[in-house]
Amino acid sequence: MVFTANTLYYQELNRQIAACADPEIVVENLLGQRYLGCGSSGRRFRLYGTPGNGLGQYLNGSTIEVFGNAQDATGDTMNEGEIVIHGSCGDAAGYAMRGGRILIEGDCGYRGGIHMKSYLGKYPVLVIGGQAGSFLGEYQAGGLIVVLGNGAEGRVPVSYFCGTGMHGGKIALCCDEAPSGLPRQVLVREAAPDDLAELRPHVEAFCKAFGGSAEAALARRFHILTPNPEAGYRQLYTYE
Amino acid sequence: MAIDFLYPQYEVVRNPDRCITCRACERQCANLVHQYDVDFGHMVSDESKCVCCHRCVSLCPTRALKIVKTDHTFKENANWTGKAISEVYRQAGSGGVLLSSMGNPEPFPIYWDKILINASQVTNPPIDPLREPMETRTFLGKKPGRIERDADGNLVNNLSPQLQLNVPVMFSAMSYGSISYNAHASLARAAVELGTYYNTGEGGLHQDFYQYGDHTIVQVASGRFGVFKEYLEAGAAIEIKMGQGAKPGIGGHLPGLKVGPDISRTRMIPEGADAISPAPHHDIYSIEDLRQLVFSLKEATGYKKPVIVKIAAVHNVAAIASGIARSGADIIAIDGYRGGTGAAPTRIRDNVGIPIELALAAVDQRLRDEGIRDQVSVVIGGSVRNSADLLKAIALGADAVYIATSALLALGCHLCRTCQSGKCNWGIATQRPELVKRLNPDIGCKRLVNLVTAWDHELKEMMGGMGINSIEALRGNRLMLRGIGLTQKELDILGIRHAGE
Repeated sequence: MVFTANTLYYQELNRQIAACADPEIVVENLLGQRYLGCGSSGRRFRLYGTPGNGLGQYLNGSTIEVFGNAQDATGDTMNEGEIVIHGSCGDAAGYAMRGGRILIEGDCGYRGGIHMKSYLGKYPVLVIGGQAGSFLGEYQAGGLIVVLGNGAEGRVPVSYFCGTGMHGGKIALCCDEAPSGLPRQVLVREAAPDDLAELRPHVEAFCKAFGGSAEAALARRFHILTPNPEAGYRQLYTYE
Repeated sequence: MAIDFLYPQYEVVRNPDRCITCRACERQCANLVHQYDVDFGHMVSDESKCVCCHRCVSLCPTRALKIVKTDHTFKENANWTGKAISEVYRQAGSGGVLLSSMGNPEPFPIYWDKILINASQVTNPPIDPLREPMETRTFLGKKPGRIERDADGNLVNNLSPQLQLNVPVMFSAMSYGSISYNAHASLARAAVELGTYYNTGEGGLHQDFYQYGDHTIVQVASGRFGVFKEYLEAGAAIEIKMGQGAKPGIGGHLPGLKVGPDISRTRMIPEGADAISPAPHHDIYSIEDLRQLVFSLKEATGYKKPVIVKIAAVHNVAAIASGIARSGADIIAIDGYRGGTGAAPTRIRDNVGIPIELALAAVDQRLRDEGIRDQVSVVIGGSVRNSADLLKAIALGADAVYIATSALLALGCHLCRTCQSGKCNWGIATQRPELVKRLNPDIGCKRLVNLVTAWDHELKEMMGGMGINSIEALRGNRLMLRGIGLTQKELDILGIRHAGE
């Protein structure tokens, strides 16, 4: 089923989509309509134009492909499914996501993958093709964040405060030198073969979606950020 | 080191004439205060471990035990009290943040106790609730601003989703993790029986409790623990937790030690992993962002459930509430600085936030002044101790109240304020199976129902005395209140007159 968004208000658009029995949803001419695919499962969305904030929020198994840029809170608190963005996206992409995968061809804004977690078989993955803004992976509790740094020419592809408060999961940054100035909670090391093996399926999916060679991408230098068990979030308390 | 020595705060007094060395106290104390001395054939106690929870006292079959505050003292000093000195020693010794539990215990003014309630005499007769119908049922949610009719003149149902409360009391948010499975079971069943709601807190909803979903408020906090589609759909309403009265402006931390298999499943995090709720929601930096989260929850649940936004009572609470009322939230919950907690930094608990009485009056007035009071219901919590506090809250403008400390007391809590240790002898703030089973959910549920039913009776009695037969006529009816011993400024903020005026 093909919908044309234009200036239709998001509530009406989403109501029409929810009422439609066809699992294949195409929406054209999106002009910032919010919450597309919010909480949905078992559907395949193909979106043209610019979907608004909260794209695929609480996503529960559907797949969403965006031919354009996305805005804030993409895949916020997502549980399952996949979001593929042929473009860049705004702030807080993948906030608190617990499962599923988000592939972003270009850059992402502030707070990407913040407070991502994992649980049993659920292991969320966020792949950013370009560079990420500040606060990437803050409070990360689980899952994997990969920043491929396309366009960064080997420079560290993240801004300030990457991984502050990190207490689980893994961040892989493609860059020539190890990032400096990382918070105490984060350990950094050069990627080992098993790290690269872990990245491989996701980098392959990225290249399948957006083109390019996975081999070439993985042949570059990666640095791996993990939580420092010695300097965990644990504060020292004293009791009454 | 001797310099860090602190004399125990409490002494265990055991009457040797009464003690039959049955060792019940020893078995009951998870803090390991009591011990049987084999050589001497009598019980001994290590009072340095005592938290004054009265478990041993309550279960001693011969009433041989009592706990007394020690009379050991530092040299008396009104400024440098024993507490102030001890805290410096503890921090100097450990470098740690002082941590405490439950609500602010400091002697700040309690405005409930400085407000008096009116009654009818001669002109407007009192009503006897035993004889005449009294309405304490209330509905929470946005009320439509006007009546709409279609072209044929028929009423159009323009009512937003509402929560029906048979009594204007709900059980406030306490997560599974901070309190036990049996405590949650007691609250859930009591909420069903009373026709009201309990609140999951931020720890997710245990699979066993989905059956009580129609009487459950599910919470969405910054950690988003256990939040997924089915969870959002399970509840009767969704509460966004922005803040908590006991610790405004900071987040929470459930240590990995307490995240066992069951809590791991409920929070949807790995076993043994720290559960960290950061101070902010990372997708909320403004009222517009809050509106975005509110509507994302409404979109995810088909606009069928009211959304509550819970905030701590802080200095600018009225302006914040005004913003929330415009964010699309259906209900605002405000938590006062005496609200409880499973653990909070002592300095924050005791110094941050404002009394709920003042916050409530300020919010209600502000929303009325701006003509938006009907756009939201207002629920308050943060130490509603009895039905008089409840009535005063409603007359100051609340639609309903949240109780938590009172509810825990009903379950056996003795307010020893040691929740953070996880060794609650009453089976409430603990995850140890041998302690949890001490709280029987059948009895717990019954006691909660008893408490709220008794309050409801008292509320009706007091309303009847005022000649008021419905909660709607009491809400915001500040003429029914008078202040006693309050300054003009306090009276102005509360919007009430002084007794005698």
